[in-house]
Amino acid sequence: MPLRNDFDQLVDIKGGFISREIFVDADIYRQELDKVFTRAWLLVGHESLVPNPGDFYTSRMGEESVILCRDKKSEIHVFLNSCRHRGMKVCRYEQGNTSLFTCPYHSWTYTTDGKLQGVPLHRTLYDGVLDREANSLVSVAKLCNYKGSIWATWDNDAPDFLTYLGDAKIHLDQALDCRDGREGGSEVIGVHKWVFPANWKFAAENFLGDTYHNPSHRSVDLIGIGPSAAAGKKGRRDDELEKAEHVWISFPAGHGVHSAIQPEANEYTESFLDNPILEKYFRHCFEERKRRLGEGARLLPFVGTIFPNTSYHGRQPRGLCAWHPHSPTSTEGWRFFLVDKDAPKEAKEYLRRYYMRYSGPAGMTEQDDMENWLYATAASTGTVARRYPFNYQQSMGAYVTDHPLGGDVSKQVTEQIARGFYRRWTTYMQGGDWHELLGSPAGNRQAAE
Amino acid sequence: MTTTVQDQDRQERAANATIERSAAYYRLKADVEDFYYHEADLLDDRRFRDWLELLTEDISYFMPIRRNVKFGQQAARENTKRGEGISWFDEDKWTLTKRVEQILTGVHYAEEPLSRITHMVSNVQIKQVRPDIGTARELDVASRFLVYQNRVEYETYIFVGRRNDTLRLTDAGWKIARREILLEQNILLAKNLTTFF
Repeated sequence: MPLRNDFDQLVDIKGGFISREIFVDADIYRQELDKVFTRAWLLVGHESLVPNPGDFYTSRMGEESVILCRDKKSEIHVFLNSCRHRGMKVCRYEQGNTSLFTCPYHSWTYTTDGKLQGVPLHRTLYDGVLDREANSLVSVAKLCNYKGSIWATWDNDAPDFLTYLGDAKIHLDQALDCRDGREGGSEVIGVHKWVFPANWKFAAENFLGDTYHNPSHRSVDLIGIGPSAAAGKKGRRDDELEKAEHVWISFPAGHGVHSAIQPEANEYTESFLDNPILEKYFRHCFEERKRRLGEGARLLPFVGTIFPNTSYHGRQPRGLCAWHPHSPTSTEGWRFFLVDKDAPKEAKEYLRRYYMRYSGPAGMTEQDDMENWLYATAASTGTVARRYPFNYQQSMGAYVTDHPLGGDVSKQVTEQIARGFYRRWTTYMQGGDWHELLGSPAGNRQAAE
Repeated sequence: MTTTVQDQDRQERAANATIERSAAYYRLKADVEDFYYHEADLLDDRRFRDWLELLTEDISYFMPIRRNVKFGQQAARENTKRGEGISWFDEDKWTLTKRVEQILTGVHYAEEPLSRITHMVSNVQIKQVRPDIGTARELDVASRFLVYQNRVEYETYIFVGRRNDTLRLTDAGWKIARREILLEQNILLAKNLTTFF
């Protein structure tokens, strides 16, 4: 039995074994909350959830409640949702507009920029000298509005968000950019929130490019639920990537993506056959994107995870997920569904229906994912089970390091991405500095050899 | 947008309405209760295709996401809206049929092996009758549900809430033309929603 503190033994990248302990152990989980979730950049929400001054949206970072808020001057903040006096949540609504957050307990009030404003009986009980500035709501150390998506970290020393993203940027971009290639321009049309009894890393890893789990979705593929399903097409999405070369990339900061590169003759593949208006619209988007991005338009995103717990679906469906840790063996899944803000009404209407039948706990595809994560977690808690690490030996060494997309690029389904994710997880758990956390491809390979 | 306002109006009217408790009302209510018990049997006996037959071709089947909102905003903002954005379910007959087909593949692992489920229906009240109680062709009916699900060995979920239905009389008897399911949860306290409500 490996020592609990010896993360290098728990995560054996070279041999391709990862201990089940890291998916079930309570001590390791407590350490993750501190060492991973107070340092890494985490997804908090989206600017479209707080469009106007005074708008707020309560979110989470790790296990803790935070408030995403647009102040009177329209500046966006993220605060810990906890009064500085006795800790009560100062906001228990999910979304709304306010000029003040009033703590229900002793009525301390805070303005939308987090400043402590009202303290009952301030003059008599605090001699009128309570330091309001020092008792503001606790703010995140850094915040980034990246193409509408809002990210934050509690670590003052964290690099800026773009440095953190590294070469994973262009993949995430394509989930956030307009379908016709314009930058940004997305909006959230709804959010799923649900709790499931599985360790958060199962969900993060699922989206890292675990294409190998495809057979678990056989039921939807048999019946057909994609954008051309009513037109008779089987499968759960259209074939727009059928001629593409698929790539699985592990980035040194722990991110991983599965994307696709269209052939040089980048032709539109018929999609959205259920509705001629949509077919025409998405064909138009495809051509526009090609015109705008040129060669760059050949890259299409599929799925990915930005370390540690933000995942995206790039096209069919399209959205961002945050896998919030809830306990060693439970996770709160949040899924933000995205559309182009200026997409035609018919497109938005179609997409929302497609997203609902595909995604989340009521989604025909993802119900089977949750089943897998739950029983994988449960079966890993056993005394004997914990003696036997998971096998991560798939496609060992089958990647190139000189691909223009950066990172370790594989042309076949691979667990290299998962190995990269857990290698970086180990660095966080060992308290590595930011130079080590961002990694360098050469350093990573050295560690693996 | 227009539908939403109409929806709200309709719901409010339904909620405020009381039909005179005549003998005809109770006869009709007994029919409706019987219909619901039959529906529950079909679902719990896993006769999913037969259950689909109880739905009209134009059924709208809707389960909003319930949100924590400030006092006074419940009517306007607590529930996500039919026909807008993202809800747990906002479905038509095609999607519901797909869900049934998926279970019947035998490889929908979230329902393979099948869960054991019991649907309980209570608090049935007929809120609106069209055209009138004597010759009712369409009804708005409110009820409560308690759905118990046991899955594989230890997994257990209890779903409790309200339903607001529109039932339509057809040659084959009563059918569900419209169903709103108000689950009494904010964050869904279940890994999946694989059952019908």
